[in-house]
Amino acid sequence: MSGLEVTTGWYLTLGAMLFLIGGTGLLLRRNPLIMLMCVELMLNGVNLSFIAFADRFGDVHGHTVVLFVLVVAAAEVVVGLGLVVAVLRASPRATADDLSALKG
Amino acid sequence: MAQAQSVFVSPAVDWWVLVPQIILVGAALGLLLVASLAPRALPGWVSTVVAIATGAAAAIVAAVQWTIWDAAPRPTLAGAFVSDGFSLLLTVLVGVGVVMTALVAHSALDRYDMAPPEFAALLLASAAGAVVMAGANDLIVLFLGLESLSIALYVLIALAGRRASTRESAMKYFVLGAFSSAFFLYGIALIYGSTGSTNLSGIGDFLFGSIRETDYLLLAGTALLLVGLGFKVAAVPFHFWAPDVYEGAPSPVTGYLASIAKAAGFAALARVLYVALAEQGTAWAPILVGLAFATLAVGAVMAICQSDVKRMLAYSSISHAGFVLVGLSAVPAASGLAQWTAGGGDAVSSAVFYLIAYSFMALGSFAVLSVVGPELQSPDPDASAHSFSRYGGLARRRPVLALAFTVLLLAQAGVPLTAGFVAKFEVIRAAIGAGGYVLAAVAMITAVVSAFAYLRVVLAMYAPEGAADDGVSAPAARASRPRWGGLPLTSVFAISLAVAVTVVVGVFPQRLLEWSADAVLSIIL
Repeated sequence: MSGLEVTTGWYLTLGAMLFLIGGTGLLLRRNPLIMLMCVELMLNGVNLSFIAFADRFGDVHGHTVVLFVLVVAAAEVVVGLGLVVAVLRASPRATADDLSALKG
Repeated sequence: MAQAQSVFVSPAVDWWVLVPQIILVGAALGLLLVASLAPRALPGWVSTVVAIATGAAAAIVAAVQWTIWDAAPRPTLAGAFVSDGFSLLLTVLVGVGVVMTALVAHSALDRYDMAPPEFAALLLASAAGAVVMAGANDLIVLFLGLESLSIALYVLIALAGRRASTRESAMKYFVLGAFSSAFFLYGIALIYGSTGSTNLSGIGDFLFGSIRETDYLLLAGTALLLVGLGFKVAAVPFHFWAPDVYEGAPSPVTGYLASIAKAAGFAALARVLYVALAEQGTAWAPILVGLAFATLAVGAVMAICQSDVKRMLAYSSISHAGFVLVGLSAVPAASGLAQWTAGGGDAVSSAVFYLIAYSFMALGSFAVLSVVGPELQSPDPDASAHSFSRYGGLARRRPVLALAFTVLLLAQAGVPLTAGFVAKFEVIRAAIGAGGYVLAAVAMITAVVSAFAYLRVVLAMYAPEGAADDGVSAPAARASRPRWGGLPLTSVFAISLAVAVTVVVGVFPQRLLEWSADAVLSIIL
């Protein structure tokens, strides 16, 4: 593929696509575990954008941001998995649709 | 930044600035450590005392810092965090909020089956997050504060997870919280991509110092930030999680969510918009006005449709968020520098005043719900726990409590001589000062509409008991308890404090108005 130069824009587009796929998945999928994975996908799309921008600026700041985000995402997943386990233990095979006792 | 350095030079740290955060985090970690190392379970009061002492200490330290430094900005950590009047005033509010939540929760922890040390530690950790948000001068620090607050709150709700409704509430809050955090973070990424900085002052200087064409990357980033923070403060159309989460969460936690978590979100919003994106005011002010219209209208209309007091308060909390947005959006249309300074000051200080006044009303109201909750149990498990009919006869069974609740509800409705009236008056005045006559008119109309929702609760409480014939054992409750008897003293104290602040600020608002005006000086240019 000669003449095809991969620029920052490609990475930004990929990041945006990952974010969109994650966001769509979170809204459409009903399995709590898949929803957690979709959140991760969104955050990693953002991480990719940060790295692409940092690379364009030649600035180390964007790279360090990614480390912070990774830690936060890990903490979020720990809490999220705990919640999913609590929900599934009470009612196995639960989906997001089953969590609808509160409505108004 | 990126040059090679053989010696690592760390940024100067002004430790005195960080004392409130260190107190909160240190106490949270210490309490967890002691609780897990102790041979026997700690008595419940130990955790409550630690939480109250820590919250009070953080508030007092912030107040002392305010006095000593005269609310002048003190940036530290290479400009990533700043201690100024704005952050200190909100730190005091967060500290007081922690004290009141701990007081109210003390008697409720058993009922909700929550472990006291974990509850106190999570409460303090979330408060540390809120304090960081109030003083963050870097978008990444802001994100970290937001996540500390949110993650601690997810667990705080889930601690009472024996009840299915609470599990559902925690799960919904988690999913939507994570969703909104991702939007917020993507907004940060785009703003970083557009301006090359995540520092709020740095972004502000860059935007004022450069002449550019319309920057769609920056606009998209701003919009995403607004979506992310809109979720956190439950502004319409990002509000749909709030009623479910508020209803399912334990009442003391709901009070904390409605007051402190919301105040921290608005503090972040104010600082981002007015410090970093001030130059883009003409872009975001119309969006904020639109959000304010929708939030006011939906909050007020949905509040009168509710049949459950807790849900009604959740929707009323949404309509209060609308009033804060009215204040924040009151940016002068002709954005000359001098007008900006004058108008922007009014806008943010009215919003800060509203947040403080509303926080006490919300903490007090949910404290009342927390103490009357167990008395409202009925044999019918299907009826919602706080339905209006169950409040029938409350005024006869507990006249003083009903009176306190009435004062708090009337204050939320904006009756004169309460803090709620002054707060509403100030935001509407700011909106009119900025030329937003339509928004001001809508705000006043929705205030009248939502007053109806509060009056319904008051009428229900003062209705004769026969009207509430749904199996509540009211006569038995009255026979077994004297007027104040059986009410936990800690909650009584918290409710009295909320009522006292609401009335005193309503009658003598001058001091708090001055503080709010001083607080915003440092973030308006």
